[in-house]
Amino acid sequence: MTQSVPAGRVRPEDWLMVRPEGLYCAPADLHVDPTRPVARAVVTHGHADHARAGHGQVLATAETLAIMASRYGAGFAGRTQALALGETLSLGDVRLRLAPAGHILGSAQAVLEHGGSRVVVSGDYKRRRDPTCPAFEPVPCDVFVTEATFGLPVFRHPDDAHEVARLLEQHRRNPDRTIVVGVYALGKCQRLLRLLREAGYDRPVHLHGALEGLTRLYGELGVEVGPVEPATMAARERLAGAIVLAPPSAIADRWARRLADPIVAMASGWMGVRQRARQRGVELPLVISDHADWDELLATLRDVGAPRVWVTHGREEALVHAARGMGIDARALALVGFEEEGS
Amino acid sequence: MNRFARLLDALAFTPSRNGKLRLLRDHFAELPDPERGWALAALTGGIDLPSAKPAMIRALVAERVDPVLFTWSYDFVGDLAETTALIWPAPDAVAERRNAPPPTLAEVVAELTAASRAEVPALVAGWLDQLDATGRWALLKLVTGGMRVGVSERIAKTAVAGLGEVPVEAVEEVWHGLRPPYEPLFAWVTGAGDRPDPEAAARFRPMMLSHPLEEGELDAMAPAEYAAEWKWDGIRVQVAATGAERRLFSRTGEDVGGAFPDLVATLDFRAVLDGELLVVRDGTVAPFSDLQQRLNRKTVGTKLLTSHPAWIRLYDILVDGEEDLRGLAFDARRERLETWFSDRRPARMDLSPLIGFTTWPELTELRAGARAAAIEGLMLKRRASPYLSGRPKGHWYKWKRDPLTVDCVLMYAQRGHGKRSSFYSDYTFGLWTEAGELVPVGKAYFGFTDDELQQLDRWVRNHTTNRFGPVREVEPGLVLEIAFDGVQRSTRHKSGLAMRFPRVARIRWDKPAGEADRLPVLEAML
Ligand SMILES: [Zn+2]
Ligand SMILES: [Zn+2]
Repeated sequence: MTQSVPAGRVRPEDWLMVRPEGLYCAPADLHVDPTRPVARAVVTHGHADHARAGHGQVLATAETLAIMASRYGAGFAGRTQALALGETLSLGDVRLRLAPAGHILGSAQAVLEHGGSRVVVSGDYKRRRDPTCPAFEPVPCDVFVTEATFGLPVFRHPDDAHEVARLLEQHRRNPDRTIVVGVYALGKCQRLLRLLREAGYDRPVHLHGALEGLTRLYGELGVEVGPVEPATMAARERLAGAIVLAPPSAIADRWARRLADPIVAMASGWMGVRQRARQRGVELPLVISDHADWDELLATLRDVGAPRVWVTHGREEALVHAARGMGIDARALALVGFEEEGS
Repeated sequence: MNRFARLLDALAFTPSRNGKLRLLRDHFAELPDPERGWALAALTGGIDLPSAKPAMIRALVAERVDPVLFTWSYDFVGDLAETTALIWPAPDAVAERRNAPPPTLAEVVAELTAASRAEVPALVAGWLDQLDATGRWALLKLVTGGMRVGVSERIAKTAVAGLGEVPVEAVEEVWHGLRPPYEPLFAWVTGAGDRPDPEAAARFRPMMLSHPLEEGELDAMAPAEYAAEWKWDGIRVQVAATGAERRLFSRTGEDVGGAFPDLVATLDFRAVLDGELLVVRDGTVAPFSDLQQRLNRKTVGTKLLTSHPAWIRLYDILVDGEEDLRGLAFDARRERLETWFSDRRPARMDLSPLIGFTTWPELTELRAGARAAAIEGLMLKRRASPYLSGRPKGHWYKWKRDPLTVDCVLMYAQRGHGKRSSFYSDYTFGLWTEAGELVPVGKAYFGFTDDELQQLDRWVRNHTTNRFGPVREVEPGLVLEIAFDGVQRSTRHKSGLAMRFPRVARIRWDKPAGEADRLPVLEAML
């Protein structure tokens, strides 16, 4: 399938191309989420596979810049420029705007317009409600660059509330045990805290040290998560009957085994597949994801109405297949350095 | 089903024995009967469902999901049941789902047990539409027989025992006498019932069988010493119900209850009974062919249950409550049977009536009228006989309605026509005269299988004594039991008799030709 190009228009692939360091917009001399240091980058969100230190200039939301500063230190880039969601910036004859992506606090889609066509680079996104960030905004466009982390029809995430209810039921049934939940430090941790509060759980939640900094930052950026306490081993006895959040690397390790008869839980979209959960030694898999599931991916392709879709970051082949079945000119965008992020 | 699915799911993710025990105990404590009992049965391998093959599951998915996407998904997930459970598209009609709540485990078991093989896919698909992903996974594990969640029978029993103050050894002791869904077991361990008696298992008692009434035997029998009843044309069965268990056994002790859930459901008493299994509509016994449609099925659909209702016509009572009546004489047992019946009025049973008679000729006349459908003949039972196992001599006799069969001797064989032209397939047979001469009485060319035809053909070729064109004369060495619809005088046959519609009923390879019937036997059937 080839797309006919109206006179006067430039084809998007002539001004937006895949380079070893990432997606590159030549007329603006701008990279989107580059994985190596570049002169100028727009960063969609603070996750490490999108946000790297060492660029000459970084354009991002104020929240993403704050997150990067907290992770990499204040001098993570030569210069930074905060862009509000919806604000338009001209770079040569390219117009750049950020639209909410609904992925984590500060996450945005990069909307690029040039030569009469519009390309939206979604970064990571999801479509369901997240109490820590504004909802994804579908932006009609000519080319939609989508992620495909959960790009197989077996990924159909249940309601968050349903999963949190399961967590709280286990908590109620096991008053002498500690439930330790594996969560990613950026985004998932704070979202789960908010979901617990929404479900009426108002007791202190104990945090592994690796989660404390970003959670404090979220609070400073206006995302209140209720009472949290450090999950120090000195307080081991007090942790019986408590909920502890810890990074995924800690839940299967000696740290967790020193807790009071722990029930190991994990909050991730991958938990929908039993084998994945068992491989990680998880007893209580919670399907809570910051990425769109299969139905959300397909719904988004319909919502943005782009005749062309470039798929990256996950299971490209299945989403390309399904998009073609919808009459969309879809292909895989081979991006280097974007590993499976695992959230 | 969703609760059971959550249990299975949690068990699959819980590595520790104590964790599994706690999950099971909570489940058994929180769910009502019979749901918890079926869960126990599912985990201990006590449910025997018509298993769905993986191919059936694949076919159901193929109707709903792009095959390319399914293949990639299956590659990723690595388990057919789980892939299917996850990929199954939720039905669009939310209202429809509201109207049909997800099935209970008990409903799933009941409907699958009653379903024919052909009905299983639609049933499963309907449930997949109603269940959530975990429910679908558990259902598929259940129907494909792949319930591996690391629960041993011992852990499950320990969890049941843990509901009360009962040690697991005590559960083991009564276990073999129990059947799903184990209501008496749960009642006992929770203090709501007595200990189930392991001897209360509904077991088969060997049946008492009859001998055919030989000619002339009646002369030596005193009519007053025998009771007579009709020999119904159904299947002889034994009903065994103990309160805890309800079974329906065939004459050989095979449990045939699975094909007759309508009947089994009514066995709400404690007794062992002997009777004839029939299909009865509005009090009328249907032909045997109707009953045949319900036989040899592991399961039976609801349509057939309605159109072919099962019934038992009672002959005898072996055990009443705790009391073994087999040592009593027939008359005494019959009295007990009649009392039991009028007390109980079982929903799908009646009594096989006794036939009043004082002389044998009187009974012979009644028997001649027994040509109506569903009556095979008469039974004569010695009034003083206890209920004995096996086929004891001198107690029970079957006196079938006019047999209209005679044992003849093969005399000539002729080549057939068409595809049988290379076989000797048309047989002329005869009976012995008083003088010891064999005279032809008829000709038959059907009533045997293709295999039997080949055997007969070989026998003919090996025992030929003479050839007349296409006809071979054979030595008088093979007995054929010939069935026929009637006999009349004929001048065309040397015997002076002609049979109507003769056919080979059986080849009596075992019977010496000298013991075949004599001409007067046939003359008596005129
Ligand atoms: Zn991300
Ligand atoms: Zn990512």
